[in-house]
Amino acid sequence: MSTQRFPLPDVGEGLTEAEIVEWKVAVGDTVAVNDVIVEIETAKSLVELPSPFAGTVVALLAEEGTTVDVGTAIIEVGSADASAPDPAPGAPADEAASVGSTNGAGSGSVLVGYGTGDAAAGSRRRRRRTEAPEGPAPTTPPVPAPAPAATPAPAPAKSPGIAKPMMSVPAAADTAGAAPTGTTPAGRIRVLAKPPVRKLAKDLGVDLASVQPTGPGGIVTREDVVARAEAAEPKTLATYPDDDQPWLASGSVTNDGRETRVPVKSVRKRTAEAMVTSAFTAPHVTVFRTVDVTRTMKLVEKLKADRDFADVRVTPLLIAAKAALLAIKRHPEINASWDDEAREIVYKHYVNLGIAAATPRGLVVPNVKDAHRHELLPLARALGELTATARAGRTSPADMSGGTFTITNVGVFGIDTGTPILNPGEAAILAFGAIRQQPWVHKGKIKPRWVTQLALSFDHRLVDGELGSRFLSDVARVLEDPAHGLVWG
Amino acid sequence: MNPDAPQSAAAVEDLVQLVAPDGSRTDGPRAAAYRDRVAHIGTDELRAMYRDMVLTRRFDDESTALQRQGELGLYPQGRGQEAAQVGSAYALRPQDFVFPSYREHGVMQVRGVDAVDRLRIYRGTEHGGWDPADHNVQLNTLVLGSQTLHATGYALGVQRDGLVGTGDPQRDTAVVTYFGDGASSQGDVNEALVFAAVNNAPVVFFCQNNQWAISEPTSRQTRWPLYRRGEGFGIPGVRVDGNDVLASYAVMTEALERAYAGDGPTFVEAYTYRMGAHTTSDDPTRYRELAEEEEWALRDPIDRLAALLHAEGRWDDVWAADVEAQADAMAERLRAEVRAIEDPSPASMFDHVYAAGHAQVTVERDWFERYESETAGTTTEAAR
Repeated sequence: MSTQRFPLPDVGEGLTEAEIVEWKVAVGDTVAVNDVIVEIETAKSLVELPSPFAGTVVALLAEEGTTVDVGTAIIEVGSADASAPDPAPGAPADEAASVGSTNGAGSGSVLVGYGTGDAAAGSRRRRRRTEAPEGPAPTTPPVPAPAPAATPAPAPAKSPGIAKPMMSVPAAADTAGAAPTGTTPAGRIRVLAKPPVRKLAKDLGVDLASVQPTGPGGIVTREDVVARAEAAEPKTLATYPDDDQPWLASGSVTNDGRETRVPVKSVRKRTAEAMVTSAFTAPHVTVFRTVDVTRTMKLVEKLKADRDFADVRVTPLLIAAKAALLAIKRHPEINASWDDEAREIVYKHYVNLGIAAATPRGLVVPNVKDAHRHELLPLARALGELTATARAGRTSPADMSGGTFTITNVGVFGIDTGTPILNPGEAAILAFGAIRQQPWVHKGKIKPRWVTQLALSFDHRLVDGELGSRFLSDVARVLEDPAHGLVWG
Repeated sequence: MNPDAPQSAAAVEDLVQLVAPDGSRTDGPRAAAYRDRVAHIGTDELRAMYRDMVLTRRFDDESTALQRQGELGLYPQGRGQEAAQVGSAYALRPQDFVFPSYREHGVMQVRGVDAVDRLRIYRGTEHGGWDPADHNVQLNTLVLGSQTLHATGYALGVQRDGLVGTGDPQRDTAVVTYFGDGASSQGDVNEALVFAAVNNAPVVFFCQNNQWAISEPTSRQTRWPLYRRGEGFGIPGVRVDGNDVLASYAVMTEALERAYAGDGPTFVEAYTYRMGAHTTSDDPTRYRELAEEEEWALRDPIDRLAALLHAEGRWDDVWAADVEAQADAMAERLRAEVRAIEDPSPASMFDHVYAAGHAQVTVERDWFERYESETAGTTTEAAR
């Protein structure tokens, strides 16, 4: 028997798919040209499709409730004159030919949009959906809408009144997927959304009922749907670790191509957690001090020329670290932490001196263990190793844990100062700013001097303003006159 | 009750109606003023109008089905507006020129534009579909309302050609532009009214008020009856029952006479109803109520003319069956021929850029044809 297939047309302007709402015919029914065979719902409207053929329905190729791409064959009709077995091939072929594509693959008769190609090969957006079978039809018996009594049954064709559930979300099966939609079978709330948003939701496989609306009057917006889809959709890789944009690694480009979303992992994640924990548990206070470090610079020059220091890097930071250690020695209460659970303040008799380091993997704060025991040379060596290890990305978790006090050297970026956030578990953090030659009143005259700014943030739960201020003054004092270290050393 | 819903036709003021929905001739002062204009319309003429209305509706139904079957990209249904279109078109002389929008299938039917040609644009194979000079019908204008300016300009040309006010029915020429209630809000339409009025252009503005500008009711288009829109421009207006083919004819003859005589434009509001969707992309159930559609179904223009023919003993079953057979044949021809319309050759896009030859177009066409022949078989395959 010669048969013809009817590919789903684009009944709007540029629609790409439609949902099969209700079949009006069953296998074995006789249809005439223009008899209504099926009701479909597009992004724009409910539409009845008239048969382009006369004959007997051989197979329905798409089930009710499924979404079918334009161009996919949805029904197979046997020629009117051929209810009996095959007539000689060729006889009724003229009619078949006149309808253009009858085999479902690549329709020529769909006029608007994108041609239709082979529906199964369509490479459009991923989504959960039942594909209409292609190729030899597995003569599935038509499913006569076994709608559970509770769901809003497809309205009868001839009642286009306002009561019609135009908004109906396809009864569970199709888009349910990730979202727990099965819980509201009877009193399903009408989801408010504009047709393009509904279309988008369908494209993305998002059940509108699962979307949290944020629009005026509880309307679901485009952004809501996209947000919901992003929560559920697997992501495509946007870049690779060796790209020139390493921060995009393992991220995925948003649907509009204007943003990349990168999962928060490893260093970034730890940094974020640490900063949030710190910022929202420890009340921060920051105090500042501008200081003439010309003598420190001279000391640095001297030490650089010193043979003992030949194999280490001598920097102003080294002196600042030593100054901080000396200040901690004079104000040991600042080298402490707040134990909220035990309701205790833990004073530490050792100093694990943390240095904030910018590395390719992000911010890392390793610390020099027992820094208070180091003389200047071993301290310089320890700092050198610590930064080298961090830059190489080999800082171990142990290196980063147990810090008691931190210095962040924002000066290397040319920054004067900042208000640093405490490393969690510590009571103070020192920001060391850029050192510049500036006009400075020195011995009653204005002279060019090396000047920098110091900032100290501290946890006001256990460090009062007086302690923090005295501590910072002492750090400044040593930097101003390193010889003073002898006095306190 | 939806306050925006169109008012029932019974309550419409100043409506010229010659045939009531039950097929009886209407009495009253408004009818009396126009009754003489249809006195000469006999059985043959009424039957011809009926035939054209039936064929128009069948064309509408078949085109809609073809769109639903994927054979047309889009189709704007004219269902319900057959009387306004057929009646007004019957009043035209051959030399008159029509500037339609895109829903004037009944006007096309009367003017003799081939049914298949009318669908070429909706199949997306041509920008037009016919030669406007063949039937004095301009191509469909899908840009809302701009055809009113074209019509006004053409009418000014007619005027300057001296084809107005000669008193010679073979020479005096009028221009008609069809548009809708929605288009009446367009700037183009208002500009056309200004130019037509001040220049006394021989043009008839035939506004089919089908109550809905897609989903916007007429009440959202105007706070003032549309037929009085012309007053401020200095254009006389009249409101006719657009579901009454005889009244539409009568009102149109009056407007045309004014144009022929050099007395300037007329604004006709044909009060009717779009029984179908705005286009095949539209779903009217989303914005209007079933009760409203049912009320207007009682005033179906074809039923009304059939009722008149029955009431006056002008109906004949054999003739009516023949009309149906003609409609069936036309539908069958449409199905076969529309599906067989082939894509035009890409080079044909150069054909109508200028009326006569043009050097630059020739160069571009030659280049394009060479390009096409060199890349034949590659780009097209890749495109598929």
